[in-house]
Formats: sequence, C-alpha cells, structure tokens
Amino acid sequence: MDVLHHIFVDPFVQMAQAPDLLVQTLWEGLVGGILYALIALGFVLIFKASGVFNFAQGIMVVFAALTLVGLHEKGVPAYLALALTILVMFGLAFSVERLMLRPLVNQPDIILFMATFGLTYFLIGLGELIFGGEPKVMIASELGLPKGSIDLNMLGGFISLQKIDIAATIIASVMVVSLAVFFQKTRIGRALRAVADSHKAALSVGISLEQIWVIVWFTAGIVALATGIMWGARSEVSFALQIIALKALPVLILGGFTSIPGAIVGGLIIGIGEKLGEFYWGPLLGSGIESWLAYFIALLFLLFRPQGLFGERIIERI
Amino acid sequence: MQKKHLVLGAAFAALIGGVFVPPPAQAQDTIYIPLFTYRTGPFAGSGIPIANGMADYLNMLNERDGGIGGVKLQVEECETGYDTKKGVECYESVKSKKPVVINPYSTGITLQLIPKAAVDKIPVLSMAYGLSASADGTNFPWVFNPPVTYWDGASVFVKYAAQKEGGFDKLKGKKLGLVHLDAPYGKEPIPLLEALAKEYGFELKLYPVPASEMQNQSSLWLNVRRDRPDWIYLQGWGAMNPTAVKEAAKINFPMDRLIGVWWSGGDDDARPAGDGAKGYSSLDFHAVGTDFPVIKDIQKYVVDKGKSQVQKEKVGENLYNRGVYNSMLVAEAIRTAQQLTGKKVVTGEDVRRGLEQLNITEDRLKEMGAAGFAAPVRTSCTDHNGHHKVFMATWDGTKWVKSSDWMEPIKDKVRPLIESAAKTYVESNAGWPKRTEPCDKSS
Repeated sequence: MDVLHHIFVDPFVQMAQAPDLLVQTLWEGLVGGILYALIALGFVLIFKASGVFNFAQGIMVVFAALTLVGLHEKGVPAYLALALTILVMFGLAFSVERLMLRPLVNQPDIILFMATFGLTYFLIGLGELIFGGEPKVMIASELGLPKGSIDLNMLGGFISLQKIDIAATIIASVMVVSLAVFFQKTRIGRALRAVADSHKAALSVGISLEQIWVIVWFTAGIVALATGIMWGARSEVSFALQIIALKALPVLILGGFTSIPGAIVGGLIIGIGEKLGEFYWGPLLGSGIESWLAYFIALLFLLFRPQGLFGERIIERI
Repeated sequence: MQKKHLVLGAAFAALIGGVFVPPPAQAQDTIYIPLFTYRTGPFAGSGIPIANGMADYLNMLNERDGGIGGVKLQVEECETGYDTKKGVECYESVKSKKPVVINPYSTGITLQLIPKAAVDKIPVLSMAYGLSASADGTNFPWVFNPPVTYWDGASVFVKYAAQKEGGFDKLKGKKLGLVHLDAPYGKEPIPLLEALAKEYGFELKLYPVPASEMQNQSSLWLNVRRDRPDWIYLQGWGAMNPTAVKEAAKINFPMDRLIGVWWSGGDDDARPAGDGAKGYSSLDFHAVGTDFPVIKDIQKYVVDKGKSQVQKEKVGENLYNRGVYNSMLVAEAIRTAQQLTGKKVVTGEDVRRGLEQLNITEDRLKEMGAAGFAAPVRTSCTDHNGHHKVFMATWDGTKWVKSSDWMEPIKDKVRPLIESAAKTYVESNAGWPKRTEPCDKSS
C-alpha cells in the first residue's frame, strides 16, 4: 500500500506543493526534448532518403563541434569558423555519397547500416587525430550566444532559465520548423519523399538519387553542428557528446523512423517524460533512471502503436 | 587480371608476414613498465593529462639518469578507453613481457586484475583509486593503493564539513550528498559514508550519474535543489565533472560546499564553468605548477626536446602532476626493490617488495626534486596505503590554489572498516590464497 502511495500519490502532492520545481522540471524537459527532436530529425532525414539508420549521427555531432572549436583555436574568427565548418560538413556529405553510398547502391539495408558503423569509427579516429581527445570549451559567447540566467521569483519559489537554454530552444525550434516545412512543401522535399517511397520510381521520373543523398547528409550535418554547439555550450565539447545523440533512439522508436512530426513530438515526449520520471519517481528506484526510462516510455507507446506515433502503418497481405 | 592477382598476393604476403613477424624480444637489461591509459573516448579529458604525466616522468628518468640504477625503463602505453574489457585485454597482452608493475588507471579494471595479480606475480598499483579494502596487505599482498583510499578521502570530506559546521556533533540532522558516477569507481565511498552517517547522525543522499547521462545532469541537480543537501561530495570522472560543476553553479548551489574527490579536480573540470566554478574545492595530495626541480627536468629533458605528447602550457596542471606523482611512486618502488635485492634488473616479485617497503621521506623528496610537491609516503607489509594526509585545493577562476592545511583522514574509523571489508572480500571469494609472501624486516 505504501508503495502505491509513493507511486501514485506522493509525486502529485509534490507537484502541487512546489509548483516552481514542476515548472523548472518541465522547462528542463522542454529544452532537452527540443534538442532530442533536432537530433532525431537528422536520423529521420537520412532514413527517409536512403532507408538506412545512420549510426554515425552521434559522432557527426562531435566532429562538427570539434571542427568549429578547433578552427577557432587556430585563430580563425568565430563566424568564419562557423562558415568553414558548414563547408566541412558539406564536404563530408559529398564524400559519404561518393565513397560510401554510391558503391553500395542496391546492397541490402544492413550493409549500409554497417557502413555507417565504419563511418563512425573512421570519424572518431580522424577527429582524435586532428583535434586530440582533450575536451574543449564551446565558443558560445564568440558566436553571440547569451550567458547567464534569468531568475524569476514566482510560484512560491524561483525558476531559473539559462539564457543559453532559451537560445537553444529558439534556434532548435526554428530549425525544426524550417526543416519540416522545407521537406514537406518544397520541390526537394517532394523529391525526398519520392525517393523514400521508391528509389526506382524516383529515378524513372528524373530525380537524382545522388543529389538527394548529398542534400540530406548535408542537412544532417548542419543539424549535428547545431546540436554540437548547443549541447557543447551546456557542458563541454568532447567525445562523450556522441552518447547524447543516441538518446534520439527512443525518440525514433516513439515517433517513427520516417516521420518528421513524429521526431518533433517524440522528442518532446521523451525529453519531458524522462525529466519528470527522474525527478518525481527516480528516488523510488535509487535515482539515475533517466538512461533507461526513455526506452521504457517508447516501448510503452509501442504497445498501443507498433508503428510509432506517426510512423506509416504497413499492411502486407499474404 | 594478373595485376589484380599480384596485388592480392602482395596483400596476402604482407598479412602473413605481419602475423608471423616475431615480437621484439624483451631486452634483458631493461625494466618493462606498461601504462594503461585512455587518450580516446568519453573519459579522455581526464585520461590524457595523466597519461602524459606518467610517461613524461619515466622518460625523463631515462633521458636524465639512464633509467633507474643504470637500467633503462621500457615504457609502453596500452589504450583502454577506460573500458574494463579493453583493460583486461591490455593486461593479457602485456603480461608475457614480464611487467614489473601494472597501473590499471581505472577502478573497474583494477577490480578485474586483483585476483590475477597473485597468480601472475605482477603487483598492481592503483594509486589513490581502486578497491579501498586492498589497503590491507595481509589479504592483498599484490595490490597497493597509496597514498590514500577513497574511504580516506570521503572521511576527510566529512571531517571538513564537520569543521565548518562547528564540530562533529553539529553534523547531526544535516544532509550530505554524494554525486557519483554510477560505476565501481563512483560507488566506492558509499560504504564508508553510510558508516559515518550512522556514527555522526547525518543523512546521506545519493545521486548516481549513469555514464550515458554524464552530460545530461539537469534532472539530477533539480533533485539536489529539492533535497537541499548542506554539503556535496563529487566523485566524478571525465565529462561528468565539468557538467556537474556547471549544473551546480546553475542551481546556485554554494560552491564552497561542493567538494570533489582528487579525481574531480582537473583543470578541465573547473574551467568550462568559468566564473561559476570559483570557490569549488577538491581534495589533493600533490602540488600544481611547474616550480619544482622535478617538473623543470621533465620540461628540459622531455617536453622541450619534443619527446612528449603534452601541450607545453599544460605541464604542471593538476592531473598532469598526478601522473607524474604516480610514476614517482613506481620509480621509488623499483629503486627500493633494487636496494632490497641487490639486483639491477628487478622483476614483478621484487617490485612488490619495493612497493611494500616504500619510504619516501622529506629528504628523499628533496633528492627527487620534489620538496614541497607532495607529503612523505610510507607503506608496510600490512598497510599498503598509509592513509596519508590530503589538502583542499580551490579553483580561483583560472587555476587550483592550495586552500587548507594538510588534513588527516579519520583513520580510527577507516582502518577497521578496511580490515573488515578485506575479510568479507576474502570470505566471499572462495579459495582466496592466504598470504605466503614473507614480510621484509623493516615492514
């Protein structure tokens, strides 16, 4: 009975008693959720275009952030370093298309998936070779990102909003919406959807597979750069950041691998869900449950919607 | 087609050649010291400066003195990525080369190697990390963890908090938190803190950080904000440390009440938080900076000659000097072993005796060019740690500054617990060998 009370009553009493902490938790979840959504979007775009789960998305976050900070350390001004990093990510997308995807056309999806494993370890090695393994401080203020916090005395306590988190939320939201609109409403977006439906049919109507692949990998690179800047500013730029990117996995399970709205809504559900779970129910289980709670939430949703929240329902008749 | 065959043939020959090239024979006139390091992966931020410090000191001995006692040191790194499986692989790959000591540089790896040490006759030096109970030389004759155990460190934290609160009796009813990596290393101080909580009446709050959430700690620190612990002890590693310090600053946790274990006191742990980290303290047992003859010699013989991987400006940082200190203990153990045995080329068995007879006095520190760098260290047959003093170092916004006197651990509480834990370890590992190694006279 006591246990039931701790699970079903106590947390809600706490929420009512300390609404400032509830709002703070929701805010932290929202910030994390939007960043998860952004990472998930990188995965979704590549999955839609090439049917491959890009395991390298995490290391792309690290690689992009390290390139930016590394260039700045070499004396390149911050905005020029940003522009050069975008160029590097384009170069990476182009190389991936030429050296990895093109030779593997018509190979089973699992081969492409394994190739992204290879790409991951190649980028880890290349990153360490060029930039070393030492953590670096993100050049947030040089890029004009705000520092400090806004402390609001309200709801019987205080709510602290980090300015960098506000900026991250705004930038990530704008990116997510822009990408969603771009891929839903533009000619390239329609081409991407055609490629996702059928490579052969897309080719037959004159859509260039190669061009689409470069565009989505480049877009995934930009997403990785934005994530690296935001998360790097919250902590530091190190190879540990690639683990964060894998937090997008439960988002994808929940939202569906092919749905852009799914990535957005899934990111928010996972972000807010894991923070609420860790804060209100975590202490019951000894805390530190955040690492698996996200998967639990995703699996719970799958019980009712096996294709994910917005995933396409595939019905095969036999 | 022929060309293709030629290329394939050449590749095959190279492969076969590569496989069958005999490994370089272990030179008989060198002492082999493998260093398990991690210059890659999520923990590289902490691993790189330590690896540099360890290698540079030993290489300096080679360059300046021709090794130890006239015998060159063969130093070889093995990359573990702070991964226990890889660490065990490193151990298996180096043990045939007759290492005189193993430096695992991970508590997880140390725990795996403890049962192997006595069998392979290779001593394990887990310098201020590893299993606290292995300080009991009677039950762990092949394992050494000077100068302090994690339990000593946690006891100093409690003692420091008590001093600031006005005495141990004032701890009653207070909340002391432990923010720790959710791994063997991070969990190590829990039994001691639980025992002290019972003894002094404070409440212990645990805040584990899974490795996958090292850079995503906001909900944990919201828990801290809700619980309002009076003091927090940070036992973190790698990317977890700077994130924790930043998050603590974010929730306005008073920095002078956040105390890190010595592994949470790297320059890169405090630097990313900027001014927010000012006042954050960590325990330490050696100095920072380059104003010591030993560090100057490293610069002169190794760094300036381009024989180091360190960036010049990072020489003298806290974790770099930690690596230097670790290698100083290794070198002194070898020197002691040479004196005990009269041999120049010593073995693992000899160095075990050397580690058990360590006696680094103030005079010896001066001879080593390390006067004021660290406190004297002494081990014995029964005490493989010494439970030495530590001090508090505080981050001033740009560097670590010594901010307290040397403080003794609460030995009378720690030592009985260590002996009891050692006994429990032996009982729960059926067939644990009884010590057969004789104690040297001065032990």
